Amino acid sequence: METQLDVVFGALADPTRRAILARLTSGDATVAELARPFAMTQPAISRHLKVLERAGLISRRRQATARLSHLEAEPLRDATEWLAGYRAWWEESHGRLDALLARLQADPMAPPRDGADTRG
Amino acid sequence: MSETIIDAPSGVPFIDITREFDAPRDLVWRAWTEPELLKQWLGPRRFEMVIDEYDVRDGGRWRYVHRAADGDEHGFHGVFHGTPSPDAFVQTFEYEGAPGHVSIERLSLEERDGRTIARMHSTYESVEARNAMVASGMAEGMNEGFDRLDALLASAAVSA
Repeated sequence: METQLDVVFGALADPTRRAILARLTSGDATVAELARPFAMTQPAISRHLKVLERAGLISRRRQATARLSHLEAEPLRDATEWLAGYRAWWEESHGRLDALLARLQADPMAPPRDGADTRG
Repeated sequence: MSETIIDAPSGVPFIDITREFDAPRDLVWRAWTEPELLKQWLGPRRFEMVIDEYDVRDGGRWRYVHRAADGDEHGFHGVFHGTPSPDAFVQTFEYEGAPGHVSIERLSLEERDGRTIARMHSTYESVEARNAMVASGMAEGMNEGFDRLDALLASAAVSA
């Protein structure tokens, strides 16, 4: 199951898409403007923009005959900042739980429960 | 392959964590509700987990402390609500580093073919409280891989 974080990292995994995001930090741009630095057709750039839009990294709107792309910073902040640390905390705990569950299943003489009865 | 799935959507004060374990439900339940087992897995390895109390019953109190090697401590406490069961295990949760900000945690365990899916749903008092909680102490868990990604993205000069 693909999480939103996976979609964001997948979008960032391509150097052209990272360069597009860097260009958009200077302001919104049309497909033609974004294609200019690359030896790439506009349809090829549009495919990259669709990936970025799906990841929530850009939003797009029409202005006259052009489609403008706009950088959305929040998913990038989510991917690199607070959610990453939180995720790492839980991933480590769940990994330790995996190991504990494997130990308990391997050893029929599972460690005795705590002396105090914890069930009400 | 088991993967920790975390969903923290914008605009709502929730966090949903889903994880599958290769063990029957009753064993996962024990790992979550017996203090001697809980302290063997909850929290990063670098912390010593000290359980003050953990009284799994309706109205029972719980408190534990994560103690770092340098003696720094993070305390957490709350109360269990309702008759605890693998279908519904509900507790209030308060981090002593942010007193007065209480969240509600609900765990459910579902068994399928000898494996167990754990679903945790956390409700915070506000979106801001949710964001602040996860951005604080737990963010220390960031490893160097994320530091490298951070530097890469900083070089793209993303504005706020």
